[in-house]
Amino acid sequence: MSSRGGTGAGGARLRLAALLGPPLLWLTLAYLGSLAVLLLSAFWTTDSFTSDVVRTWNTDNVHELLTTPVYRTIALRTLTIAAAVTVLDALLALPMAFCMARVAGPRWRRPLLVAVLTPLWASYLVKAYAWRVMLSEDGVVNSALAPLGLHGPGYGTTAVVLVLAYLWLPYMILPVYAALERLPERTLEASADLGAGTWRTLRSVVLPAVRPALLAGSVFTFSLSLGDYITVQIVGGKTQLLGNAIASQVTLDLPMAAALSAVPVVFIVCYLAAVRRAGALDSL
Amino acid sequence: MRKRTTSAWRSAAALCALLLTAAGCGSDGGGDGKAAQAPDKLGRTEGEVNIIAWAGYAEDGSNDPKADWVHPFEKKTGCKVNTKTAGTSDEMVSLMKTGQYDTVSASGDATLRLIASGDAAPVNTKLVPNYRDIFPALKQQPFNSKDGRMYGIPHGRGANLLMYRTDKVKPAPDSWRAVFDAAAAHNGHVTAYDSPIYLADAALYLMRVKPSLGIKNPYALDQKQLDAAVILLKKQHKAIGEYWSDYQKEITAFKGGDSVIGTTWQVIANLTQAEKAPVKAVLPKEGATGWSDTWMVSAKAEHPNCAYQWLDWIVSPKVNAQVAEYFGEAPANRKACAETSDPNHCAVFHADDEKYFQRVHFWTTPIKQCLDGRKNTTCTDYAQWTRAWTEVKG
Amino acid sequence: MRLSRTARIVLGCVTAAGLAVVYAPLLLVLLNSFNADRSFGWPPGGFTGQWWRAALHNHGARDALLTSLKAGLAATGIALCLGTMAAYAVHRHRFFGRRTVSFLLVLPIALPGIVSGIALNAAFRTVLGPLGIGFGLFTVVVGHATFCVVVVFNNVAARLRRIAPSLAEASADLGARPWQTFRHVTFPAMRSALFAGALLAFALSFDEIVVTTFTAGPGTRTLPLWIYENLARPHQAPVVNVVAALLVALSVVPVAIAQRLSSDTAGGRL
Repeated sequence: MSSRGGTGAGGARLRLAALLGPPLLWLTLAYLGSLAVLLLSAFWTTDSFTSDVVRTWNTDNVHELLTTPVYRTIALRTLTIAAAVTVLDALLALPMAFCMARVAGPRWRRPLLVAVLTPLWASYLVKAYAWRVMLSEDGVVNSALAPLGLHGPGYGTTAVVLVLAYLWLPYMILPVYAALERLPERTLEASADLGAGTWRTLRSVVLPAVRPALLAGSVFTFSLSLGDYITVQIVGGKTQLLGNAIASQVTLDLPMAAALSAVPVVFIVCYLAAVRRAGALDSL
Repeated sequence: MRKRTTSAWRSAAALCALLLTAAGCGSDGGGDGKAAQAPDKLGRTEGEVNIIAWAGYAEDGSNDPKADWVHPFEKKTGCKVNTKTAGTSDEMVSLMKTGQYDTVSASGDATLRLIASGDAAPVNTKLVPNYRDIFPALKQQPFNSKDGRMYGIPHGRGANLLMYRTDKVKPAPDSWRAVFDAAAAHNGHVTAYDSPIYLADAALYLMRVKPSLGIKNPYALDQKQLDAAVILLKKQHKAIGEYWSDYQKEITAFKGGDSVIGTTWQVIANLTQAEKAPVKAVLPKEGATGWSDTWMVSAKAEHPNCAYQWLDWIVSPKVNAQVAEYFGEAPANRKACAETSDPNHCAVFHADDEKYFQRVHFWTTPIKQCLDGRKNTTCTDYAQWTRAWTEVKG
Repeated sequence: MRLSRTARIVLGCVTAAGLAVVYAPLLLVLLNSFNADRSFGWPPGGFTGQWWRAALHNHGARDALLTSLKAGLAATGIALCLGTMAAYAVHRHRFFGRRTVSFLLVLPIALPGIVSGIALNAAFRTVLGPLGIGFGLFTVVVGHATFCVVVVFNNVAARLRRIAPSLAEASADLGARPWQTFRHVTFPAMRSALFAGALLAFALSFDEIVVTTFTAGPGTRTLPLWIYENLARPHQAPVVNVVAALLVALSVVPVAIAQRLSSDTAGGRL
C-alpha cells in the first residue's frame, strides 16, 4: 500500500526517515551503542590493585571465561534453571489460560484476567522476600508440610526455580490467553466434526495455535531468569547464577563482567532469531 | 531517493563509530595522575553530604529511636545526611569510584585501593580538632596513610566473631573448627561472609591447624597457601546454607533457624538478640580477622566542608562512644571511653589493648608483594582472591 | 469443543489453585504488615497497627513514590512518541530492514536487565560525564524509555494491523493530507491501544529495579530502590510491607480499566 498525498515517492521516503529516525537513533545510540562498547570492553583489562580499567587490547578475559570450569558450571546451571522455569510456567499457564479463555463464562473472563495481572503491580522485591519468609526454616511452607512428614525445600536451587516460576507466571499466561481467546470456535467445532476426541483436538489443533504464544512467553521467562541475581540472593542460599557472577565482577572488574555478559546476550539473540521464524515476536 | 534511506543508515553508522571512538579514547576518571589535595581551611558548609557507611555507623533513629547521631549533626551543621549502606568493601570501592559520594567508612581492605586509584584525597588532620585525641596506635598506620600523610580519620576497630544459636549448637563452640572441620554437624545451616576477604578467615584457621603450610599473615598467601584455603572453603561450602553480606538477612536467618552458626559482627548479634532469638557471639581461641575503619574523603567530593564536619563529629567523644556501643567495637577516640553508658565498654572491647589487637588480623588488601616480608615468592593479589572466591562458591 | 464435566471441574480447580498460589505470598505480605514481630516470625506473635501509622508519616516512601511517578510518566511519554512513530513507519512503509526494526526494538526488553544496566551505566559515565550531566532522574528516564518503547510499539503495531486500510485510503481519496488522515482517522482508532501500551509501559517502569540500580544517582530514589534499601533495615521492613500492600490494592483499578480498553488489542505482555 503506497502512501498518497505529499510529494509522491520522495515525500514518502522523507516521512519514513522522519518517523523512523528518532526511535532508531535513540535505540542505536543509547542502547546498541552502549551494548557494543560493553562487549568491546571485554577485551580490555583492569589494574588489579586500583580496579581502574586499562584499555590495552587482550583476550585474557575471554580465554579465562572459556577455560575456567567454574564459569561453565555457572552458565550450565543458569541455563538449566531458566529452562526449568520456562517448562514449569508453560505447564501452569496452559490449563489456567485455557480455563480463562474457553471454559469460564464471559462474565468471569475480565475479572480473572484482572486477578492474574494485579500481582504484577506488587513489587518484585516484596514478592521475593515474602517467599523468603515462607520458605524459612520455621516459615509457612515447613509448618504446612510438617503434618505430612515432609520438609520444605529451604533456600537453594529448588527455591530459586519455584520463586522465579512464580514471578514470571503472568508473563506466560497473558500471551497464551490472548492466543486461545483468538482461536475461532469454528476451528474447534470443525475438529470435533471430523471425529477428533478432546485430547486429539488439544494436541493437533490447540497446541500448534498457541505455540507462538508459548514461545513468546518463553522469551521472557528465559531472559528474565538468565539475568536474575536479586531473587537468587534472597531465596537461593548459596546458589550462584550468571547474574550473580556478573554483578560481583562489575564492581571491580568491568571487562570480566562484560565477558560474562556476552554469554546471556549470545544465547538470547540466537533464541530470538530462532523463535522469530515461528512468529513469536508478533505474539509478544 | 533510496539515497535518503541509505544516507540515514550511513549517518547512524557514523554516529555509532563516533560513540565507540569517544568511549575508546575518553579518559576513565580516577587515576588520571592528578593527585588530589587536602584543603588548607574549611569554607562554608554546603548543606548536604553523601556518605557511604557500614550498617550501624550512621544511625538516624529509624532502626532504634535511641540510636541517632545523624539528626543532631544535621541540626548542628545544617548538612543534610544522605547515607548509602554498603555490605562489603568491594561495594564501597565501586561506589566511591562513581565520584558521587563525599565520604566513606573504609576498612583496611578498601583504603589502600582508594588511595592508589586516587579516589580518596589526603586529609588535613588540622581541620579535624578531635583527631588529636585518637589513640596513637591508630594514627599513621600502613592502611590509612601514605608517605607520612593521613588519608582519613580512624573510626574504630573490632573483630569478626562467631555467632551461634544457643539452643541448636551444643556444647558452646570456642573455635573456628565449628564452621570448618566440624561444619558437617550443621549441614545446610552454616553461614559465612560473602566476600573474597573471607579467604583470610580460612587462612587464619590454617595458620593454627596446619603450621606446615607456613602461613604467617592471613593476607600474604602464595599460590600454594591460597589453594589450601580454597580447598578448606570448598569443603565448608557443602555445609553452608547461605552467604551473607546484608545484615538484615543474617538476622532473619538466625532468628528463623536457617542459619545456626557463622561469622558475624557484634551489632548483628545485639540486634538478633533484640529480636528475641537465642544467639551468642564469641571470639574463638584462634583469634579472628577484624577491621579498623577509616573515614576517608573523596577526591571528587562535592561537599568537602560538610564531609570534614562529619569526620569531626563522628570521632568526637560522645558520638564515637555512641557508635562504638551501638555497633559493638572499640572506639578510636580516647575520650570516648568516659562517655560510654557502660563504663566497662572500652575494657570489654580492648580499646587500649594493643596486645589484643595483635591477635586480630585487620582486613587489608592482599597484594603481590608479600605482606609478611617474604622476598623469595610472590603472593596472590586481590584479583586472584576474587577469582578464587567465585570458584569456592561454585 | 465439548469438554466433559470432569474436565471442566478439573480445569476450574487447577485455575483456582493457581490463583491461590499467586495470591498466597501477597496475603502474607498483608498479614506481615500487621505483624508485631519485626522480623516476620511465623506464626505471627501479635498484631499491631503501628506499621501502618509509621508508613503514613514516612517521608522516604512518599518521596520515592513521587520520583517513581515522575520517572514513569516521562519514560511512558517518550515511549509513546517513539513507539508510535516506529509502529507507524513499519506499518505504512516498505523498506529494507523492516523486520530488523522490530527485532532491534525487542532487544532492550529481551536482554537481561543487568546487561542493559551495566552497558547504559558505562555509556552514561563515558559520554555524559564529560558533558557535566551526572546520574539522576534523566538517566533513569533514558534507561526506562529504552525498554518501554517496544511495549508501545507492539500494541500500536498490532492495532494498526487490525484497522482496515480502506479507511485511510478513503480519507486520502477525499483529499486529506497524511497528517490529517493520521489525526482524524488513524489516531482515534489507535487510542485505546495507546492507552493500554502506555499503562503497561508505566507498570514496567514503576516496578523496574535492576536497570534503575545502575542508572540512578545517589539522590534519585525510585520506589523499588527505596524498597530494596529498606527491606535490609530491621525497623523499616514492615513499613515496606505496608507500602506493597497498598500498591496492590490501589492497582486493581487501573488494571481493570486497561483491560476494558484493550479487550480488542493483541493481548500478551506487550
